[in-house]
Amino acid sequence: MEAELAAGCRDIGPAAGVFRGFTIPSAYTLAMIRYSRIPLGGALLLAALLLPAAHAADNPPTHTVPDTLAQRIASCTACHGEHGEGSPGTGFFPRLAGKPAEYLARQLRYFQLGLRRYGPMEYTVRPLTDTYMHEIASYFAQQEVPYSPSPTPRVSAALLARGQALTEHGDPGRKIPPCQACHGSQLTGVQPSTPGLIGLPYDYVSSQLGSWRTGTRAAAAPDCMSIIANRLTPADITAVSAFLATRQLPADMHAQPPGSVTPPLQCGVLGNVPPAQGPARGDGA
Amino acid sequence: MKWLLRGFLIALVLTVGGVGWWLFGPHPDDVATREAGRLAASENLADPALIERGRYLATVGDCAACHTARDGVPFAGGHEVPTPFGNIPAPNITPDDETGLGRWTFADFWRALHEGKGRHGEFLYPAFSYTSYTKVTRDDALAIFAYLKSLAAVHRPAATPELKFPYSVRQGLAAWRAMYFQPGVYQPDPARSAEWNRGAYLVQGLGHCNECHARRDALGGIPAQPPLSGGEIPAQDWYAPDLGTQAHGGLEGWSGQDIVQLLKTGQSAKGSAFGPMAEVVSRSTQHMTDADLAAIASYLESLPPRPQPRVVDPAIDATVMRHRGEEIYGQRCAACHGRDGNGVAGVYPPLNGNSSVDEPTGINAIRVVLLGGFPPVTAGNPRPYSMPPFAQSLSDADVAAVVSYIRHAWSNRASPVLERDVGKYRQTPID
Repeated sequence: MEAELAAGCRDIGPAAGVFRGFTIPSAYTLAMIRYSRIPLGGALLLAALLLPAAHAADNPPTHTVPDTLAQRIASCTACHGEHGEGSPGTGFFPRLAGKPAEYLARQLRYFQLGLRRYGPMEYTVRPLTDTYMHEIASYFAQQEVPYSPSPTPRVSAALLARGQALTEHGDPGRKIPPCQACHGSQLTGVQPSTPGLIGLPYDYVSSQLGSWRTGTRAAAAPDCMSIIANRLTPADITAVSAFLATRQLPADMHAQPPGSVTPPLQCGVLGNVPPAQGPARGDGA
Repeated sequence: MKWLLRGFLIALVLTVGGVGWWLFGPHPDDVATREAGRLAASENLADPALIERGRYLATVGDCAACHTARDGVPFAGGHEVPTPFGNIPAPNITPDDETGLGRWTFADFWRALHEGKGRHGEFLYPAFSYTSYTKVTRDDALAIFAYLKSLAAVHRPAATPELKFPYSVRQGLAAWRAMYFQPGVYQPDPARSAEWNRGAYLVQGLGHCNECHARRDALGGIPAQPPLSGGEIPAQDWYAPDLGTQAHGGLEGWSGQDIVQLLKTGQSAKGSAFGPMAEVVSRSTQHMTDADLAAIASYLESLPPRPQPRVVDPAIDATVMRHRGEEIYGQRCAACHGRDGNGVAGVYPPLNGNSSVDEPTGINAIRVVLLGGFPPVTAGNPRPYSMPPFAQSLSDADVAAVVSYIRHAWSNRASPVLERDVGKYRQTPID
């Protein structure tokens, strides 16, 4: 709610239209009222709160900078979108909206530590404190933005079927667990720190699986995803990524509640590792 | 011609190095060192007050910045200090017997800090800024040593420096030292106030500000020049601006309070710290006492006026480019930095009269436009406003245009930058 209010406040900023004290609601504000859980009364109250603020700016200083998190994190939203919607059209910048907060905070920390490698992200997160990273992670976790379709990869039906088999059943012979075992029966993720796998573009999923094989993405030890990605063949990665990107989205995209899955592996990020084998490094989040 | 000069310089280094080694190399009867060792024996390194003072001084010196790997234990070493001659790994300075300072005596430590020599008398590479640390007093050095000895020992062997020949020959440093290094503790200027002297001591010594804020030559030394008059940071692609506050200085128009505020919070009404300075503020200066920050400001305010910068006739006519830049500025930048380039005090830094915009190379403005980012996150500014990156949305030509525009708009009169410069700095590795 706080983040939604904060985002709504952007409309009085210089980016949206403020003319002689009248606020022109942006398409986003209207979308907010449409999609958010703010009841109509709340929306009116929000409008009532905003209008005096806009009027107070009759004799404004040169700028009025909104005191909102959304305004502060332009560095993030330039690529990931104002509400963490990512760049669905191109598939390059991943969606952040609705991912579990603890997962997002961990990723920011991993970029700081160099466990995840991507220059622009490493530079951006470097100065952040844990507190600020958690605030930013919560902001994106709370965003409710409709999912939009990703570009469809051109792969054969046989390959898609292979992707589906790996996703739903794994390959016990090669000790590959099904994605659903950890990421939830609907693949929408599990609170507090397992991300959803659907609604992500093909390019993003396949490049992440590739990164785990080449060591440019890592997580707290034991790094289960690295182990699994290294058991996949390049064709498996194409198959799984294509299947995930084209799978029909369920009506409810929210992550499942904590404890609703029993992961088949002990993983540093899941906190289900006996103390003696605890994370050796990088478990800062 | 460049290779000829370099070849000549290398030959010079080797010759002078040999002579220097013979003249100034390690000597068994190093009286001062033995004396320092004797003095330390009478001190109690476990004294909590001494350790606490050392902790503060180690923070002022930002020792952890180099002596900590990115995902490592503080002071356990492992960070590779980039230099044009190769990467030099900073060693472990926790009190581990085999890989750290465990077997070091204070005499050893003093010799490293004050004379730039290792435990066995070998010359240390000046990536360890003993050219500045030599000014640190013996008392302060002892406190830092006591603090380092109080840390938990971490076993982490140091990596070997990856230097190219002839820089890999440590003896060659004898020549370098003869040219660029003058050992000597800071001598207070009796004509100045105690506050000024404290500031000068911190800036010139532990703070080692001049190691970045000065121009370096082809051998990586700092040739004679007014202190803190700015320079490109080798191998990092950032420009550390002039710190003079008087006429034509990089901080012209800054009050002492502006300086204190930037060092304390990472941001002042006049500008924001970014790049390597952002880390200096986060780890070091924000933790300094108000008195020490005021002392630093007092010293910087006394730096002499700088000569008026030469107006270089640019090789290109930048009029069209700047016109395009002004358009982009209106679309992408003006909402935060203002049409007038004055920013919003304490939120968005001014670009008008900002030394990081006007600096001679244009590196800073180019890289900030490409990378955007957050200013330091500090106790005084825990949720700073950030700048969007433009690397993903502007072409090299557009970045060059907008940077050339802001470098020449309002009161700014700096040279244009070229598209190929932007292409180059787009590729600068992060870290």
